[in-house]
Amino acid sequence: MNAFPLIDLKDASSFPSRRVEAWKYSDLRRHLREAPAPSPSATVPLVGGGPFEALGGEAMVFVNGRAVGETQMMVSGDKMVRLRLISRAQGTGHALTARLSVRAGAKLLLLESHEGHGSAYVAHNRLELDVARGAEVTRIVLTDEPADAMSITQAQVRVEAGGLYRQTILTTGAKLQRLETQVTHRARGADVRLDGVYVLSGERQADLTSVVDHVAADGVTSQLTKGVVRDTARGVFQGKIVVERGADGTDARMGHHALILGERAEIDAKPELEIYADDVQCAHGNTVGNLDEAALFYMQQRGIAADEARALLTQAFLIEVVDRIVHEGAREVVREWLTARL
Amino acid sequence: MLSISNLHVSVGDKPILKGLTLDVPAGEVHAIMGPNGAGKSTLGYAVAGRPGYEATQGGVSWKGEDLLGLEPAERAAKGVFLSFQYPIEIPGVPALTFVRTALNAQKRARGEEEVTAPAFLKMVKAASTALKMDFDMLKRPLNVGFSGGEKKRMEILQMALLEPSLLILDETDSGLDIDALRIVAEGVNALRSPDRAMLVITHYQRLLDYIKPDRVHVLAGGRIVASGGPELALQLEAEGYDKYAMEAA
Repeated sequence: MNAFPLIDLKDASSFPSRRVEAWKYSDLRRHLREAPAPSPSATVPLVGGGPFEALGGEAMVFVNGRAVGETQMMVSGDKMVRLRLISRAQGTGHALTARLSVRAGAKLLLLESHEGHGSAYVAHNRLELDVARGAEVTRIVLTDEPADAMSITQAQVRVEAGGLYRQTILTTGAKLQRLETQVTHRARGADVRLDGVYVLSGERQADLTSVVDHVAADGVTSQLTKGVVRDTARGVFQGKIVVERGADGTDARMGHHALILGERAEIDAKPELEIYADDVQCAHGNTVGNLDEAALFYMQQRGIAADEARALLTQAFLIEVVDRIVHEGAREVVREWLTARL
Repeated sequence: MLSISNLHVSVGDKPILKGLTLDVPAGEVHAIMGPNGAGKSTLGYAVAGRPGYEATQGGVSWKGEDLLGLEPAERAAKGVFLSFQYPIEIPGVPALTFVRTALNAQKRARGEEEVTAPAFLKMVKAASTALKMDFDMLKRPLNVGFSGGEKKRMEILQMALLEPSLLILDETDSGLDIDALRIVAEGVNALRSPDRAMLVITHYQRLLDYIKPDRVHVLAGGRIVASGGPELALQLEAEGYDKYAMEAA
């Protein structure tokens, strides 16, 4: 059922155009006609430990696609890993693949940061994540990339029986930025949460695309994505949930809600449910709107200036997603990260 | 002194206020009464600066300063407080955060020192106890899921904390039972002072049993058509607004 073409940065013919349905709103080929020259290995020493530094844990670091240490990790026990994907390039391209396998009953807090420096680079990140029986994985992603960069991040997540997978992606976008997640409920009783927040201004774009495949019974999927677009920015949300034959007892919910705060800003949303099983509960909701004028006036009447009132209402709108992050330390880092970008 | 002279306000293309003139000296409480559709709420919105309620003619000043050229938040910092007939729900913003943000924004605008979190909590605890409010309620998003009475108390609490000098109460009694009305009125009365002016907008005389006005004005057809002492309110209660509605037309 893989609806996504394989992308190889070295081969321009592998770049999907808008003719490929799943890439309709993120036409890579239009922006990238030729394969970019390979990025050099960055020689600049690493400064700081990324946005999650204060939380500690182990680091797994890639610079311009090259691993500083391991590219694979086997997780047992209770672990925190900072996965840092650093780009320091000008007009060149780089790709990486990271693999994490989380053993039965183990716990992983994966704190992923996309730290973009330089300009006009193209990054292709692939993540393979196996969540074994009864394991618990939380993946939190913060992306900070230059306005003229392009990046594609494709995560493939397989969840076994009783496994728990929670994901929250927060992004400010780039020239073309695709954050793709494919999750498979491989065995009975997996529990998946896929959340997202995008805050886009200028000419930035972000595309949060996910496909959740319920192959086994009694799986739960809960998705909540919220976004704000200003100026001429463009937010894309594509969420697809497939409930295969035999995946009875599936409970799947998907919500996408966005605010358009610029007259020329745009949202493209495509929620899809494909259900081939009986006895399932599925729902999706999608809204696009503006800030409440009455609330804005009320806040101003109490002395809060218009800009601050807008920022407060916007934050209040988005923070619901952040509040769903269970790990307190990570939640606070994310909250501050978001507040600083409103 | 609140001084409103020959104020004309249109909402959309429709003229609502048509030459309203009114003075409220500091230290006094004036009631504005009138039939539905007379422009009572519009008056409150125009003084507070709600977008879409701009003056097309005339002036509004408070303590000698023109208000019409100011943004709503600037007017608030000058002491203008409009208590809403239907206070707005703000999901995601806890009431405490909201009030502290507002208070400090006003203080910044006036060049005063901001209130620290512990000092603010102390102020809120005292004010909420006086209004018989459950402190835990203030940790919830502002007005979300509050009853009508709770929302009105929340408005009075904000008044007590923001200490405005010009209070406009728009139909504060609507949706309140007698007990809630008494508590809200006590809260308003506690704010009476020689340097504050209050404008109490109401359709019914009932509220004025609890908040005693110095003067009563009748607003009909976009103008003040009659003014008098507190006895005018009783007369209106007995006779209704028909006489003035005819006059205005």
